[in-house]
Amino acid sequence: MTTAPRNAPMALRVAPMALRLALIILLAALVLAPGLFEPVFAPIAPVGGPVIYTRSSLLSLSLSHLGLVAAASLASTIVAVTLAILVTRPAGEAFRPLSRSITNIGQTFPPVAVLALAVPALGFGVGPTLVALFLYGLLPIFENAMTGLTTLPPQVLEAARGTGLSRRQRLWQVELPLAAPVILAGIRLSLVIALGTATIGSTVAARTLGEVIIAGLLTSNTAFVLQGGLIVGLFAALLYDAMVQIERRLARRMGRS
Amino acid sequence: MSDTATTPAGLRGLSPPGLLFAVLGAVSLLLPFMTLRANRIVAGEGLPAWQIAEPGITLPGLTVLALGLALGLPASRPALRLGGALLALAALIFLLTNGATALMQDAGDYARVSPASGFWCLLAVTLLLAADALAQMRPGPALRAVLLAGALGALWATLASGLLSELSIGIEYASRASGFARATVRHLWLSLGSLAVAAAIGFPLGIACHRVPAMRAATLATLSFVQTIPSLAMFGIMIPLLGALVTALPALQAMGIAGIGFAPAFVALVLYSLLPVVANTVAGLDAAPKPAIEAARGMGLTPMQRLWQVELPLGLPVLLAGVRIVLVQNIGLAVIAGLIGGGGYGTFVFQGLNQTATDLILLGALPTVLLAMVAAITMDILVDLSRRTPEHAR
Repeated sequence: MTTAPRNAPMALRVAPMALRLALIILLAALVLAPGLFEPVFAPIAPVGGPVIYTRSSLLSLSLSHLGLVAAASLASTIVAVTLAILVTRPAGEAFRPLSRSITNIGQTFPPVAVLALAVPALGFGVGPTLVALFLYGLLPIFENAMTGLTTLPPQVLEAARGTGLSRRQRLWQVELPLAAPVILAGIRLSLVIALGTATIGSTVAARTLGEVIIAGLLTSNTAFVLQGGLIVGLFAALLYDAMVQIERRLARRMGRS
Repeated sequence: MSDTATTPAGLRGLSPPGLLFAVLGAVSLLLPFMTLRANRIVAGEGLPAWQIAEPGITLPGLTVLALGLALGLPASRPALRLGGALLALAALIFLLTNGATALMQDAGDYARVSPASGFWCLLAVTLLLAADALAQMRPGPALRAVLLAGALGALWATLASGLLSELSIGIEYASRASGFARATVRHLWLSLGSLAVAAAIGFPLGIACHRVPAMRAATLATLSFVQTIPSLAMFGIMIPLLGALVTALPALQAMGIAGIGFAPAFVALVLYSLLPVVANTVAGLDAAPKPAIEAARGMGLTPMQRLWQVELPLGLPVLLAGVRIVLVQNIGLAVIAGLIGGGGYGTFVFQGLNQTATDLILLGALPTVLLAMVAAITMDILVDLSRRTPEHAR
């Protein structure tokens, strides 16, 4: 899943693209036409048991899963980047050590525990899952945004000040664009974690692809487990890969690669 | 820290985070401090802190709590702030235990009392105050080890004293004491055992990747791909894989390995652990400065001696940082084992979720969080220590 260098032979450059395309087609088929895979999964399904998960449409589960992840990650990105900006301004400096320790401590909280702890507070359903995804997603983004904003080359900042840009302009036109690749890496981490945690969200009655896996675990139906696992796994891998590509492209444009 | 130029003149000398904690603490007091329920499952009524017992108890408790948070205010006295946090913590425990006794006295047989949102918020505020004060003090590794041991000792003493046994989570624990001990052992086995196996595979693999650049990209890309597979999917996929393996090799079955339960959870954890171990081994070995390697070569050390005497000792902090990541990650992921019959604290978490029994969820989730934090702090101390050794040796 890595991109070959630009001067690599044609075959090396085409291979990742072909692999990516194949995985996308496989994922689309798994979600849109699961019936096609009946012969593949049949040998591992219990004898006489259902092979393909039909209790709800895989498409609607996927959309609900991705929707949860997108909503939570968008909220964590906005809040985390805002907090990182505040803490890296002179006025917020007193909160910097505290925010560092909160990030350090917070990241030791297992995502499952965050999800489980959100249930007593919010009841079952989408609520605790969203909150757990949001809270847990904050940390990697905040940490990376802090790193990105505090490790900018000083001569660039000096130059920006020298050209007479105001604080606000410096933030929007210089600091944030330069920190963007690092911030994006944080968003990628938190997206992957959120995708996985949302799967577990089905144990607290959120509608996600975890439903398929859990149904398989409860009825010892390996076919369900593999079906759900493959779809979530492919979503995660493709999302991760897409984010890496975006980061690379941005980093190249910022001359930070 | 001493630069208060941006603080309004009237607040000079006050710590802004301390001020925030005092305000948050005051707001948290308006939330229900404890909940009284008729039995284990039903919703209960929340009681504010001043109604959990007679004023003879709540008044001193709340006064000390306020005093503790107020001691967190002066910016330049970190030790005083830490003391304030500890004082507030003691007041919280005092209020909680006495509140439990008082509320249980005139309640039914099946009644349960548990800490409510107000307590948890105040606990978070006090712990954050302690963390902020500690971050200000910048303790060295030895002092941190002492503080960790002290905190764990105090926690153990509180739990062993039976002060918390009247709380709902205490009752939940009492009816499962042996199961809890088993879950603890199993959880540790899952997280530490998989770390050991991952280290046994990952360190040599990392060394090989460091020596053979062609291997590096492919190995790291494969392992990062493994890392993106959501945990539930990974645990689920391991079941048929291991099941097939056991069917193919009956010898494994004789060893007690099965397709469901401990084994698939263990293997899944090993797979997740490999990326941090291998990546940090490579990074650690890369970190050895060129002149040191050259000097070692000049002294006539063989590649093996160079590895053991120069590269590994110099890369140790980075290697240990990898171990820290794995340990914290595995302690958290081991919870999922509860879903596939693998045991550990996850058993309580998912049982609790099924029965909508909050205290059972807490009985699984709180020890997991504690374990992960202790592991993280311990590993941070070790990383710091390993960083110091080479300097002394110079």
